[in-house]
Amino acid sequence: MTAHVTRTIEVDPLARVEGEGALYIKLAGERVSDVKLRIFEPPRLFEAFLRGRHCSEAPDITARICGICPVAYQMSALQAVERALGLRIDPAIRQLRRLLYCGEWIESHALHVYLLHAPDFLGAQDVVALAREHRAVVERALRLKRIGNDLMTLIGGREIHPISPVIGGFTRVPGVAALREMVPALEWALEAARETVRFTAGLSFPDFDQDYEFVALRHPEEYPVNEGRLVSNRGLDIDAAEFEDHFVEQHVKHSNALHSVIRGRGSYLVGPLARFNLNFDRLPEVARAAALEVGLKPPILNPFKSIVVRAVETVFACAEALRLIAEYQPPPAPRVEAPDRAGVGQAITEAPRGILYHRYALDDRGLILAARIVPPTAQNQKRIEDDLREYAARFATWPEEEATWKCEQAIRNYDPCISCATHFLRLTIER
Amino acid sequence: MVIGCGNDARGDDAAGLLVARRLRQLGVHAVERPGEATDLIEAFAGAEDVTVVDAVVTGARPGAIHLWKDTPPPLPPAATGSSHGMGIAEAIALAGALGRLPRRLRVYGIEAARLGLGSRVSPEVLAAVEAVAQEIAGVGAG
Repeated sequence: MTAHVTRTIEVDPLARVEGEGALYIKLAGERVSDVKLRIFEPPRLFEAFLRGRHCSEAPDITARICGICPVAYQMSALQAVERALGLRIDPAIRQLRRLLYCGEWIESHALHVYLLHAPDFLGAQDVVALAREHRAVVERALRLKRIGNDLMTLIGGREIHPISPVIGGFTRVPGVAALREMVPALEWALEAARETVRFTAGLSFPDFDQDYEFVALRHPEEYPVNEGRLVSNRGLDIDAAEFEDHFVEQHVKHSNALHSVIRGRGSYLVGPLARFNLNFDRLPEVARAAALEVGLKPPILNPFKSIVVRAVETVFACAEALRLIAEYQPPPAPRVEAPDRAGVGQAITEAPRGILYHRYALDDRGLILAARIVPPTAQNQKRIEDDLREYAARFATWPEEEATWKCEQAIRNYDPCISCATHFLRLTIER
Repeated sequence: MVIGCGNDARGDDAAGLLVARRLRQLGVHAVERPGEATDLIEAFAGAEDVTVVDAVVTGARPGAIHLWKDTPPPLPPAATGSSHGMGIAEAIALAGALGRLPRRLRVYGIEAARLGLGSRVSPEVLAAVEAVAQEIAGVGAG
């Protein structure tokens, strides 16, 4: 074995992840002696903001947490508040929300697959280098992402932070004709997404199968987006209301964000790999076929293949959007009345990066007494550390720059939306 | 075309948005965008002459005004205060690689001090917002 030489590598900041944070790895010889993902910004700020505000403000306030997945925040917030208020939502509203969420999955996955993660696999420094070599690929990415954004704009009223979703429904709903106008673009997007599956499956992946507990929603009929029970490959099967009985958040000294673990078991994985492995049978035929065509079937245990799974989920989101538009009948009213009452409500939805949990306790005027938000990246944080403890050892003797890049690529497997949980990400490797 | 970029929820990162709002008060057409790279590239589409305003972090004093007026602007990498992985510097580089740069592109950077969630805009940055808006309005819509 190598003598215990320690050294430090610092990259500042870590690029191509949403938001910013820091990673510290300590190598003792060829062994990884410490891994710490640090998150600097107080993640509980929004929970404090919400106290004393009226519950109708929760969706818009929490949507500001992230510019990439505002719909996820709105959907979890809306559904948790609606549960606290005991509201029944029209099925057409439910379908429209699912359609809005499809738009977010398309834009978020297109951004991550092509612009943030693909350059790693192609040896390109970034998407600019990728664009010089593979211009058509980047043009396809931009158009695909645009279509996701257009769908969000059409239903949400605005692209970045949709304004139309409200407690009980929408302020206004689109007409059938307006939605149908999206069909040609979505048909193009579906083909582009299938091409994306082939493109990503042709990348090369390191051997890195890991023993994960996968956690995702599961719905009786659908690939999970907005609803379902929370399940895992190790027997978890709970309602959103039971989330805090099974998942605990631990303070760790090195990070402001909390580490989320399953009580009695430890770290777990949320996001595309978990959804795909637990819900393959719920994918529509076209998405399942796209996966099988490239030999992708569950269980996928290699986190680097999440890029292919994201592409398959983009096929799903395009096909599902087309189905929802074909079946769309506007609801009798855009929203149901939402009278104030005291109560507690929880909801979990599938953000592009994984499950997002919200809980609200309301008083009889509908004011928020307490709020709890558990974003997907915070849940994956411990799992990212666990992966890197294993993976970084392979590069212990590599030059600093290349070892750092390998670790960054591994972090990007999780599409970490660290802006949901934090700000600056900086990478330090100490040897 | 004038594009003000930023995030209202992150203190001084609102600088570009505030310039756009001030310009509209002054009768100059200006749009507000989040500053995300792919969105900016699309905002460039078909425009001959673009002025972008955003908060930057270069280590200068808070409120310092930077102007990059060569096309493409030689922005220092990761200088923009965006909380996202790809900001204006990346947008310009990517637009260049894709042949989508406007013929003339200027970038005003306003040095940010406070970028925390929910923090207020610094007085130095507010003063710079006014100065940049007056300058752009003075030379026309850019």
